[in-house]
Amino acid sequence: MAITLKINGNTKTVTAPEGTPLLWVLRDHLGMTGTKFGCGVAQCGACTVHVDGTPIRSCITAHEDVEDTEIVTIEGANGKVTEAIRSAWEELAVPQCGYCQAGQIMSATALLETNKNPTDEDIDAAMTGNICRCATYVRIRKAIKEAAKTV
Amino acid sequence: MFMHLAKPLAPQPNLKTLQISNLSRRGFIRGTTGFTLGLSLVACTQNKPETLAQDASPIPDNSNVDVGPLVLISIAADGRTQITNPRSEMGQQVITTVAQMIADELDVPWDDLVIKQAVGDKKYGDQNTDGSTSVRNHFTRFRMAGASMRQMLTQAAANQWDVDISECSSELGVITHSSGKTLTYGDVAEAAGKLDVPAEDDVTLKPRSEWRYIGKDKPSYTISDVIRGKGTFGIDVKVPDMLYAVIAHPPTLFGKVKSLDDTAALAVPGVTQVIKMKEPEGEAPSFQQLGGVAVIGTDTWAAIQGREALEIDWDAGPNASYNSKAYAKELAATARKTGENKLKRGDVAAALKSSAKTISADYYAAHLSQSPMEPPAATARWDGDTVECWACTQNPQAARSTVAQICGVPEENVTVHVTLLGGGFGRKSKPDYVVEAALIAREVGKPVKVTWTREDDVQHGYFHAVSAQHMQGGLDAYGNVTAVLHRTVFPSINSTFGPAVQGSDFELSLGATDNPWDVPNMAVEVGKAKSHIRIGWLRSVANVYHVFANQSFAAELAHAAEIDQKDFLIDLIGPDRQIDFSKDGVTYPNYGASIEEHPVDTKRLKAVLNKAAAMAKWGRDVPKGHGLGIAVHRSFLSYVATAIEVAVDSDGNITFPGIWCAVDAGTVVSPDNTKSQMEGGTLFGISNALYGEITATNGVVDQVNFPDWRVMRMAESPHVFETHIMESDAPPGGVGEPGTPPAAPALANAIFAATGQRLRSMPLLGQNDRLDMSKVGEG
Repeated sequence: MAITLKINGNTKTVTAPEGTPLLWVLRDHLGMTGTKFGCGVAQCGACTVHVDGTPIRSCITAHEDVEDTEIVTIEGANGKVTEAIRSAWEELAVPQCGYCQAGQIMSATALLETNKNPTDEDIDAAMTGNICRCATYVRIRKAIKEAAKTV
Repeated sequence: MFMHLAKPLAPQPNLKTLQISNLSRRGFIRGTTGFTLGLSLVACTQNKPETLAQDASPIPDNSNVDVGPLVLISIAADGRTQITNPRSEMGQQVITTVAQMIADELDVPWDDLVIKQAVGDKKYGDQNTDGSTSVRNHFTRFRMAGASMRQMLTQAAANQWDVDISECSSELGVITHSSGKTLTYGDVAEAAGKLDVPAEDDVTLKPRSEWRYIGKDKPSYTISDVIRGKGTFGIDVKVPDMLYAVIAHPPTLFGKVKSLDDTAALAVPGVTQVIKMKEPEGEAPSFQQLGGVAVIGTDTWAAIQGREALEIDWDAGPNASYNSKAYAKELAATARKTGENKLKRGDVAAALKSSAKTISADYYAAHLSQSPMEPPAATARWDGDTVECWACTQNPQAARSTVAQICGVPEENVTVHVTLLGGGFGRKSKPDYVVEAALIAREVGKPVKVTWTREDDVQHGYFHAVSAQHMQGGLDAYGNVTAVLHRTVFPSINSTFGPAVQGSDFELSLGATDNPWDVPNMAVEVGKAKSHIRIGWLRSVANVYHVFANQSFAAELAHAAEIDQKDFLIDLIGPDRQIDFSKDGVTYPNYGASIEEHPVDTKRLKAVLNKAAAMAKWGRDVPKGHGLGIAVHRSFLSYVATAIEVAVDSDGNITFPGIWCAVDAGTVVSPDNTKSQMEGGTLFGISNALYGEITATNGVVDQVNFPDWRVMRMAESPHVFETHIMESDAPPGGVGEPGTPPAAPALANAIFAATGQRLRSMPLLGQNDRLDMSKVGEG
């Protein structure tokens, strides 16, 4: 069944079997590979995107369930907060392999959108669903605080 | 059967043989945008070499020009400098680091660089990005490439001006004559390409004081892409007309499909085909495909759903008896018996007997999974008998040769493009998944991408070896160590490639036979252990379990002697000296490096230990429930000491108020990146130590995905992490792995300091990721 999705402000019509997760619609049907597959069971956060401003795990979200929502992926995330986060990420050389960083940035953006001055505990709570096997956590925490200063 | 890399970190080709020896060959390619210069670095034997055009570059192949087999640099008429990076990028910023080494000697503006990724080809020399080798093994080679090119360009300008080269200088892509006239590198690229490559002895490398990029922090070449979701990882590859595959791998190693019903799978929307995989041959898994059943579909999800719907009856095969719990007991029992001696100094038995005090301890470390965030993935496209592969591989040459071998085509027919790697940690040194893609794509007749799901990765990997160690030590009345016995038992990585049932000298040299303690009587012994799952490299390899045991044991000896752990360790290492392990009968590969260039230097070892202790303010009073621990080790030619402060609450939850790390990696090319690697390497080690455990029941791995294969998360990470890089002019050591070995014992020592509980079995945490507080105070 054809489903119309609004992704990064653009309307996309997708024909995929019911139940196909948004992750695979993005990656395989639309060629938007910035959103990553890490576990498929909402345990690692690599697939994080925003649906109406809320971070969700696209690997367990059926694409038909997000029709009529505003979906934002790493490719389209470009607000003031995301750009502040990107600057801090570059300034502190946060990424190593970079694979999880799209998800990290989407989670960090959602945090700073609702909490302009997060504590360590706030950061832990918001970010602990995003695994980084390179363990860039110390720099992520520092960079979120840096970004918060400039927003 | 094919055998690969029985000694994965065995001596690399001598650097000198890889340097410029091609005096008569010419490196000259006519391009669409101007002339480019290719530099040959080893003697050419191919008549029709690959050129830059073979890769992603738009520069066309000019087959009648012999560019030589090892092309790293090309310069266009407009001055753009293209560097071909032969090493795999997996987060260690190797693209940037290689460019720093080459561009420094070439002396070109950083912003003019274009960096291209090499395909897997022997012409690039060693490409196996493993063993923390990219800088330590290639530092001279990459700089020589840049310096030779610079000299040829300068010579070309001198020729054009009809002056002697000694009257010319070059800087940042511009050659200047003493009269003041100038030419750019681009102006003379064509002419330089017609010159002979200078002999190695005729090329002078810059003095350290003139380094422009080496030792400076340059921005990562990939960061801008990865923070925008733009970088292409192996799992992101898409080629026209491509299908997607996942594989139902046999639950046990060398298990086979007894019967298959794919009716339901084929009924899943989007599933196009189900095929039985070719079974692996022989008795060693090597880099072969695992067998099983592949499901192909129009997207990854369809293939995953199809796999769920398969009805397969498996023949569990020869490894179905593997139960890791029983195996752990066997290992421990073996470790308590005399094994084959691999280091012998003095008379340990007699010395232990006459010691004032003796202690012994048994250590255990579970199997681990590398679990890079990007699981293995590869894409293959056949055209007749030739195949093009795209993969996140640490070892593209092995991918190429293994695909050729298993598919029965000549190696020249196989191209392996290297994508970005979403982490590697040793898993992606093994190209089994590239073979799978090639086999499936050929059978399907269309390009196919194979994706390993996380379940595949956790259950069917090349696991880090499980290990049991037994240690005994003797102390005299003054607290001096009189004797040490270290017995180690683990299934060898060599079992993946052949019938090995005992740890190799190479693995023993990682933390066991390279013991630097100044003890008059010492023995290292190894026992036998057959493997039942694939065993492979994981960041820092056998150092993980060996250093956990002996750096924990050093602290136990200190405790028994009632001496401060750090002071005791300094004394244990003993006087400043360079250690010759061969005196004690040790076969010591020294990570493939010459022992003259890279001696085992106790002065450097003690220096990092003292530094880390000073950073942690060792000896200070810590709050109740806190404890400081420390450990030190030389690995991959670098010296790292790590001090950890833990805080343990009354429920047994552990947090990290601070971690301090001192590293002596000799000459450092990329300082901030070295710090990043220390952070990552240390936390990788702590994650494994706290939570890491892969177990198996009846040959089947029990863990399935991240919920039960546990790794460190943000909330568990330290709040302070400081790294100090020791100033050194010594040749470079590795930085990707050396941070890992001291992490686990420093942690165990810190937990002991905080709670009095000596943990000797990894994972250290029990139920609910907490310490068992009922044992607090037990030594």
